[in-house]
Amino acid sequence: MIRGLLFHFGQYVLMMRSAMSRPDKLSMYWKETVRQMHDIGIGSLIIVMLIAVFIGAVAAVQFAYQIGGVVPNYYIGYVVRDLTIIELAPTITCLVLAGKVGSNMAAEIGGMRQKEHIDAMEVMGVNTAAYLITPKVIAALVMIPILVAAAAFLAVMGGYVASVPTGLITNAEYVQGVRAFFEPYFVFMMFVKAFVFAFILTTVSCYQGYYVTGGAVELGAASTRAVVVSDILILLADYVIALIMTT
Amino acid sequence: MIRAKDIVKTFGDNEVLHGISIDFEASKCNLIIGRSGAGKTVLLKILAGLMPPTSGQVWYNDTDFLTLSKKEIRNIRMEVGMLFQGSALFDSMTVEENVRFPMDMFTSRTRKEKLDRVNYCLERVGLTGVNDQFPSEISGGMQKRVGIARSIVLKPKYLFCDEPNSGLDPKTSILIDELIQGITQENDITTIINTHDMNSVMQIGDHINLLHEGKLAWQGNKSEVLESKNEILSNFIFASPFLQHLRETALNS
Repeated sequence: MIRGLLFHFGQYVLMMRSAMSRPDKLSMYWKETVRQMHDIGIGSLIIVMLIAVFIGAVAAVQFAYQIGGVVPNYYIGYVVRDLTIIELAPTITCLVLAGKVGSNMAAEIGGMRQKEHIDAMEVMGVNTAAYLITPKVIAALVMIPILVAAAAFLAVMGGYVASVPTGLITNAEYVQGVRAFFEPYFVFMMFVKAFVFAFILTTVSCYQGYYVTGGAVELGAASTRAVVVSDILILLADYVIALIMTT
Repeated sequence: MIRAKDIVKTFGDNEVLHGISIDFEASKCNLIIGRSGAGKTVLLKILAGLMPPTSGQVWYNDTDFLTLSKKEIRNIRMEVGMLFQGSALFDSMTVEENVRFPMDMFTSRTRKEKLDRVNYCLERVGLTGVNDQFPSEISGGMQKRVGIARSIVLKPKYLFCDEPNSGLDPKTSILIDELIQGITQENDITTIINTHDMNSVMQIGDHINLLHEGKLAWQGNKSEVLESKNEILSNFIFASPFLQHLRETALNS
């Protein structure tokens, strides 16, 4: 097992080294990056929005129920804000994106490998790792932090919708909570997580697709592996980042 | 020309190529034929630089391909075109974008120059008015022709074709063969074709190499096929009773 892990890690490092080499032609990379930014950003907006709103709403209702008058009501806004900024927005969003975007990347690149598109590019002299992977990584590094920031904002709004119109707390209390004890450092932490998770989910998914062999069954397995491995590494990275940035 | 010298390829304990040495000549259609599992595709991939051999050398004219740096390999690859069995056209691009792709990637020509070259190549393979169609919207034969157009768009010196006739009807197969032969002769290209198709062997086989169990079993040209006494060749080419009968008739007359 350790040998297998080392083999995959080595192969991953070699792929990334090749992916990070000088582009053949910048304009072609730019075109591909824009396409990926559209796919990742616009393509994931609705699912991210839905999840964020409900996470905020559930967090608000659940917290209101838990505290039961033990602490001031405005703490609901405060807890929803910090919970989503520090943890839920980056982690849940990226776990969802690993499923949506990551599996799609693995299937797309794996399909290209199986249909000899990658061989065709290599015969032409194209650095396929760079052309196929780098635009995806750059697009993800740009778009995923934006999605995470939007998710954090929408989660806070979701908390508001679930608690103020329903009479759990007043508008003034929620706003007071959202503004209370604000630490800009937590936003920084959210973006650090978003960048790291975006890098993990794209590179791991591209790796799974790039080295796929066999037929449809193997492609399906690679796509599943992309999600599972990305999710595990995201959760692991979440813990490591939390340790590093809070101690 | 391309020269394969003592090519050995093993996968684990399985040696699939046992020291193949072949000279592939320029301006000719060099065919690699043989039964499934004979090692044809592996040899073609090694020659095209898509797979390293376990040992041996691949020479492109006076250059040992396997000793080149990445940059030098890239320069040579810009002189290489390849037609794949499944055409390998990029699904998300139109026919025009597919054919233009190598120019977009490696040249700084103007948009008009590229379009002129794309149209010339498409016209050369007998396709007009399909620029804006996607690969999924055209037939298999047309996809093959787009593949040929893409492979010649940068005026290659070397052309590799992996099973160019697979999945095509006999008439379209002949069309593809004639196209490859014409392009080879017009542009002085070293063309290497990996095929099972007996029509291709008898039509464009300028230089035929028969692989059998990872070894070179026979070399010759299409006119020597009929008279050859090589048993492996006869068993392969004239496999069916109908073809055996045809051969006997041809030899008797």
